[in-house]
Amino acid sequence: MRFYLALLFVFITGSIASQECNNILLGEIVDFHDNSPLQNATVNITGKKIATKSNEAGKFRLENICNGVIELEVSHPECTSQFVTLTVDGDTYQKIRLEHHLEELEEVKVVGDAANTTKTGQEGRLNEEDLEKYSGSSLGDALKKITGVSSLNTGANIVKPVIQGLNGSRILVLNNNVRMQDMEWGDEHAPNVDINSNQRISVIKGAAALQYGGDAIGGVIILNPAPIARTDSLFGRTQVSLFSNGRGGSLTSALIKSYNSGLYIKAQGSFKKLGNLEAPDYLLSNTGVQEAGISINIGKRDFIQGWEGYYSYFDTDIGILRASHIGNVDDLIDAINSQQPNVVNPFSYDIVQPNQEVSHHLGKVNYYRRLEGLGKATVQYDFQSNRRFEYDVRVGDDADKPSLDLKLTTHTISADFQLDSRQDLDLKIGVMGRLQSNFANPDTGVRRLIPDYDKLDLGVFAVFEVNLGEDWTLEGGLRYDFNRMDAKKFYRTSRWEERGYNVDFSDIVIEDLGTQLLTNPVFDFNNISATAGFNYEFESNHNLKLNYTYAQRAPNPSELFSDGLHHSAARIELGDLRIKSEASSKFSLSYEKNTGNWGYTLAPYINSIADFIILEPNSVEFTIRGAFPVWAYRQTIAQLIGVDVSLFSNWTSKIRTDHKFSWVQGTDKSTDVPLINIPSANLVNSISYLNPKLKNLSISLESQYVFEQKRFPPNIRVFSPQQQQEVDLNINTPPSAYHLVSLDTSLKFSITSENDFALGLRLTNALNTNYREYLNRQRYFVDDQGRNISLRIIYNY
Amino acid sequence: MKKSINLFEVSKLKMLALMFGGSVILFSCNNDDNNPVAVDEEEVITTMNVTLNSIGNDAVTLQSRDLDGDGPEAPVIMVMGELLANTTYAGSIELLNETETPAEDITAEIAEEDDEHQFFFATGEAITAVDYSDEDGDGNPLGLSFSLTTGDAGSGTLQITLRHEPKKPNDGSLSDAGGETDIAQSFTVPVSE
Repeated sequence: MRFYLALLFVFITGSIASQECNNILLGEIVDFHDNSPLQNATVNITGKKIATKSNEAGKFRLENICNGVIELEVSHPECTSQFVTLTVDGDTYQKIRLEHHLEELEEVKVVGDAANTTKTGQEGRLNEEDLEKYSGSSLGDALKKITGVSSLNTGANIVKPVIQGLNGSRILVLNNNVRMQDMEWGDEHAPNVDINSNQRISVIKGAAALQYGGDAIGGVIILNPAPIARTDSLFGRTQVSLFSNGRGGSLTSALIKSYNSGLYIKAQGSFKKLGNLEAPDYLLSNTGVQEAGISINIGKRDFIQGWEGYYSYFDTDIGILRASHIGNVDDLIDAINSQQPNVVNPFSYDIVQPNQEVSHHLGKVNYYRRLEGLGKATVQYDFQSNRRFEYDVRVGDDADKPSLDLKLTTHTISADFQLDSRQDLDLKIGVMGRLQSNFANPDTGVRRLIPDYDKLDLGVFAVFEVNLGEDWTLEGGLRYDFNRMDAKKFYRTSRWEERGYNVDFSDIVIEDLGTQLLTNPVFDFNNISATAGFNYEFESNHNLKLNYTYAQRAPNPSELFSDGLHHSAARIELGDLRIKSEASSKFSLSYEKNTGNWGYTLAPYINSIADFIILEPNSVEFTIRGAFPVWAYRQTIAQLIGVDVSLFSNWTSKIRTDHKFSWVQGTDKSTDVPLINIPSANLVNSISYLNPKLKNLSISLESQYVFEQKRFPPNIRVFSPQQQQEVDLNINTPPSAYHLVSLDTSLKFSITSENDFALGLRLTNALNTNYREYLNRQRYFVDDQGRNISLRIIYNY
Repeated sequence: MKKSINLFEVSKLKMLALMFGGSVILFSCNNDDNNPVAVDEEEVITTMNVTLNSIGNDAVTLQSRDLDGDGPEAPVIMVMGELLANTTYAGSIELLNETETPAEDITAEIAEEDDEHQFFFATGEAITAVDYSDEDGDGNPLGLSFSLTTGDAGSGTLQITLRHEPKKPNDGSLSDAGGETDIAQSFTVPVSE
């Protein structure tokens, strides 16, 4: 410290120092992380022909140096060159720290695959070509490329990712290192993310990545923008995608300016508009979508320290299939029996009720600093505001009023410290605090489905990774989370009593309004998560990973508080104040072989979840509008067993085939009945041809076979007022198996620089097959999307 | 030199403490005790009153009333009076929202948007027919007014369904009309000699 102070002093007085040129500069070059000496580093004085090399102790000596300010260029074969400015005043000593593990730093990694987030868990990722193909689609559709990932849809535009059979609050979406808080609790709430704002997308199948959250029982979706190189450059990229189905398209454009100093700024924007989609036999009325997104990154990345500011805005207006908006259980019975939509209107781009409009603001700032010989400390603050309007078909003065108007505001601050100074050990510890508040606007004139609440989350974690020799890596982690939910909720007195809350929760009533009660439920949850696993590499191309993760998840607001008729789904949804945290124990194994010419991954898992929170139809309630199925949350013991298999083979240098299979079985162990909404087995085979000499011509043909789900919970019997008798409501019966064929072809040209222009043509559901998917909530009403021809044009500049 | 390194270490620790400590400071409670306001549902139909009149005879009233809306309680159905056999009655329907005081009359709203609504009637046993006595602006049936005919004495059933945005004109069946159900109730009415 004294040395630096002395330097500072010299700097101030330096200008009056006399020109003497017989000084000796002694230097020492050490590794930044562990202070070990670096031998053979070259030291030059900029602008002079004086050079030397460091000895085995990392020391160097330069003679006949003048007083004054000089600049040294220090370079080492395994390090980036560094320029050091120093002031010479008499004989001078200077210590220089070089970053020796540069190749391990994610910040400067520009090419090649990013390292896996967990070393022992099951992971999958999308490559850049996948993202180009899915630029105009939703995130959920793109993620389905990854084995073991499927989706829970409400039509074609609301796509919730499902990882190994689990979805919703069990999946954590990490957008640019910010945990998305976008009301993921609803079945018809898709992640509010523009797929075009992120280029690095990976999925961790399970809760093993404890640094992001302890409650990701299903998995973690990690979205990151591509790292920006530390060079002086300005480049941009624009992609246009046009779609025949929906008769629309999307446009996305990004511009990046970076500097040698590490400073960068990136701006990106996207816009998408589609009209009504088409099934093979009819138009799907009111299924248009309009999406707009912008994002701005600005930051400076240096080895010692760096900061980033990020802001993104995403706005979407999604039409909900008109035919799926039904009145009561008889309408549902009619729809299921007729297998035809009851409303088919002419093609239109207009989005009318029922629809949803959601906007999401996300802002973050972070700062990191490397501490010599220790590691890297990071602090981050992020802010999110999610606003959701859901419109139903209403009459009179209320016709244009939303039926649901929620505003969710979240502040998060987090800090972590990564100890990576030792080559064989990487330890990360961190804390997180989050405040969230939900406001349910009463102006809708519809009773709130989700109440006003304030939520506090606190988390602390430690994760480590140890390399034991060349072949073995051990990984482990521990996390504790505290959640406090403080809600103000109105209950109808009749519901309050029907649920038995008047017995168990009489103390939380704060106001009695006659037919309604205002209550103040406050719940605390203490959750522990832990993970341990190993990775063993053998015979140079084999890899075995075993991971065990225990994770607890606190119930979400929907599971606790839902209460009322969900008009858009024609069902009464009932939460339960008695619901407690669920706890998952998951073993996953991954056995991989990759010789370059061919390879496979075999990844079985078993996930046992105690107090699993499940929403399923269990009865019917009568109102003046008729009868409605009641979907109630309950807790049980669940078990998910599954396997993800993938196999590839390069038959020649140009022809490759890929084969993927995923299967999962879910069972309610307390009743031995299959779980609801478990994806059916799925087999994908593709063959692709790639010729780099012929404008990078790529042609791939893909076949996807989705099996019929034979395991589903029994249907319920309901009294139909229309038929005046009890009938079966086939609400759980899955549709038949289906087979889809798709074709993709692309070309890359060079206009001003190498491969800067790309063209692609894609045909999905090429045979225009009629099909319905079990995990699409609109399967009762209509067939899924028919053939879609899309054209994409990409230009890099 | 040794000492200066130690000093540097201390500053590192301080910095770490500052970073972690900062995370905790943000979270002092923001307890506002403003209670949310209750929502009184506006366009809810809680009550349907059906009045059946025949000159010289006592009026018969049918009522379906569901004050807790989508709450757990089923609607309460009341039939006041007895129909006479082989008689034609003039029927009228009144719709109310009784969650508000005074009760809001929804009938007028339906009459105003008559092209978007239609009542459908299904009869059984001692009630033999229902015919529309009114129509919307396009000349299609509406059903706020109707005539009801009884057959021989016994027990008759009358199902009344109000559809919002049905296909108009339609063949009179619910399946052809489509749309959404705003009301679906059925009554069992005694028919005496």
